[in-house]
Amino acid sequence: MKSSLKLALGLASAITASTAVSNVAHAEDLTLCWAAWDPANALVELSKDFTKETGIGMKFEFVPWTNYADRFLNELNSHGKLCDLIIGDSQWIGGAAENGHYVKLNDFFDKEKISMDDFVPATVVGYSEWPKNTPNYWAMPAMGDVVGWTYRKDWFSKPELQKEFKAKYGWDLGPPATFDQLKQIAEFFQKRQIDGKTVYGASIYTERGSEGITMGAMDVLYSYGFQYENPKKPYDMEGFVNSPDAVKGLEFYKALYDCCTPPGASNSYMGEGVDAFKSGQVAMHMNFTFTWPGLQKDENVGGDKIGYFVNPKGPGGAQFAQLGGQGISVVSYSDKQESALKYIKWFANKDVQAKWWSLGGYSCLNAVVKDPKFPASQPYAQAFLDSMAIVKDFWAEPSYAPLLQASQKRFHDYVVAGQGSAKDALDGLVKDWTQVFQDDGKL
Amino acid sequence: MLNRTAENVARATPEPLARKVRGISDKGLAWLFISPTILLLLAINIFPLFWAIYLSFTNYRANRPNEVVKNLGFANYQRILGDKDVWIAMQTTAHFVFWTILLQTLIGFTLAWLIDRKFRGHAFWTTLILVPMMLSPAVVGNFWRFLYEPQIGLFSYVISFVSGIPPTSIQMLSNVSLAPWSIIIVDTWMWTPYVMLICLAGLRSIPEYIYEAAEVDRASNWRQFWSITLPMALPFIMLAVLFRGIENFKMFDMVNLLTGGGPGSTTEVASITLKRQAFESWRTGYSSAFAIILFVAVFGLANIYVKALNKVKQR
Repeated sequence: MKSSLKLALGLASAITASTAVSNVAHAEDLTLCWAAWDPANALVELSKDFTKETGIGMKFEFVPWTNYADRFLNELNSHGKLCDLIIGDSQWIGGAAENGHYVKLNDFFDKEKISMDDFVPATVVGYSEWPKNTPNYWAMPAMGDVVGWTYRKDWFSKPELQKEFKAKYGWDLGPPATFDQLKQIAEFFQKRQIDGKTVYGASIYTERGSEGITMGAMDVLYSYGFQYENPKKPYDMEGFVNSPDAVKGLEFYKALYDCCTPPGASNSYMGEGVDAFKSGQVAMHMNFTFTWPGLQKDENVGGDKIGYFVNPKGPGGAQFAQLGGQGISVVSYSDKQESALKYIKWFANKDVQAKWWSLGGYSCLNAVVKDPKFPASQPYAQAFLDSMAIVKDFWAEPSYAPLLQASQKRFHDYVVAGQGSAKDALDGLVKDWTQVFQDDGKL
Repeated sequence: MLNRTAENVARATPEPLARKVRGISDKGLAWLFISPTILLLLAINIFPLFWAIYLSFTNYRANRPNEVVKNLGFANYQRILGDKDVWIAMQTTAHFVFWTILLQTLIGFTLAWLIDRKFRGHAFWTTLILVPMMLSPAVVGNFWRFLYEPQIGLFSYVISFVSGIPPTSIQMLSNVSLAPWSIIIVDTWMWTPYVMLICLAGLRSIPEYIYEAAEVDRASNWRQFWSITLPMALPFIMLAVLFRGIENFKMFDMVNLLTGGGPGSTTEVASITLKRQAFESWRTGYSSAFAIILFVAVFGLANIYVKALNKVKQR
């Protein structure tokens, strides 16, 4: 009887102890929230090293881009504890900082000797700082991204097409240096028969629901002379947002949509663009650079068939590109902030960043991107570097959501639905944005 | 036999226990049973409604939990009613409601009338006609998006075959004039069977002897239709119109899946505008006011309609 009691007690203790041990292990698990896309898979692979080094397990919550903002902004607004770490979009930084969603990282950076000077400056301003251009850091640059272009190198190098193009336009068919050249190439390829198939000029962003058409149109508008506000007077937008040059830029974007996109491409964003390029429908393709590693590896359009170029120059020679990408932040509602900070410290390491790039992520660390071997490390590395040097970003104000919704509506109404003029659209945008800033008490 | 058993059980029940059970009145027992449902309704229907009414008078934004909530009085309501875009969305909604109801009622009633003839194989055809209604709107929206594809869509190819227009020129979802019709077509395809079912119930409720009497009076088929079939089925038709009207006033899923409100704002119905304001622009107070306005509009119109329906029934 005694021995059986001992046995029972022993078993009970063993079960209790094993449960406790497993609870401890789970308590250390971190959940990282991000979008469901190729770089996220690379991060899963990379994070295995973190678990090996620290014993801290990693769980991931990836949401498709179409629901990414809705899902995670809801999570942050409701003070949810789902995410310990979040790779949030660059435009969220203002709202996340002012509403207390992110942990301020200045003290942590000082303590761990992580310097923001070690990162590409544009990414620090774009992903980490709020207010902009002040040393207040809410994230560490994690995934550099920018809008650029891919083209069908194999089509561009066909001798008969080169000859015909030169005869028609007077210059050699190749990656365009200006937007006018880009449109000429797009017109040249539109509805052309190549290898027995009808192809089209270019795939551009036209999506209405989230941020697509704004990201695409801004890519052109910046280089045409659009400015968000008077550099000397914040939030003064009249004559900057709707300047004559900006109007010309928007007219150009509509002309490009009307002349040279595939049929039915009225709601096209990242996924649709990749599909159009991969299926051999288009000669050129506007998209964020995160899509490039996947396209490079594609059997049908990758390898020697694909080329990359930086967003072209506007008529006045100005050249800018829309910033994408994100920084990694610690969620202030997380109970595991210490472990989350450990992850950020590990992620800032040069070797980890180098591996991040090799796996298909885009490192923002100078030590990686300024390495002399970097431009030759991938066929798209130089175009990525050149693009990152000319970035501009959308408003990152706490009210970025209504600001974005206004531009989505105004641009789509004009570019896709053909309602009103470019001037009407930009005048309307000034009115909408002014209203948003008035509601915020900033005007 | 059963009654006698029950009496025996009641007689055998000890007096203290019987008194205890008798302590709860019938009314008390009824409240006991329905109270969980009432509490649930209060929690998920009534409380949010009153909360939304309260929020509609404020500047509250769900993504700014730390911001001071100010009372704006009727400012949100004034802004909505003076907003040109809101009125355009309301007009778009009215356009959808009108055309979908008209088409669904005409086709639905015709189908019901044909099915009511009880021809050979009518049960098979009834089941086949009902299939679209049984599908999930998400599935319907997605496959119609493929059907409408200008390059690979079957719909474009059929129209092209009939009309001779190249399929790539038939851009149902991208063309400003065609996009509203693309949604009307899908909604009609999906919900006509529902209207048909209600109309069929109406037709089957008409007693046979009325037609026999009409036959004796030598009334023509046309006369029988106008004087018997239509008036007697009218309350059912009106009921179907009421249900579809309320549903289509709130139409969201199909528009969201097919066009997302585009191109531009061509198909932006009121519910899409509401969703954008509430969950994309995070104007919670403003969107609450908009929701209340929509609620009052639907509720008011439905009430007027129900009164008309009752008058028709009393005739």
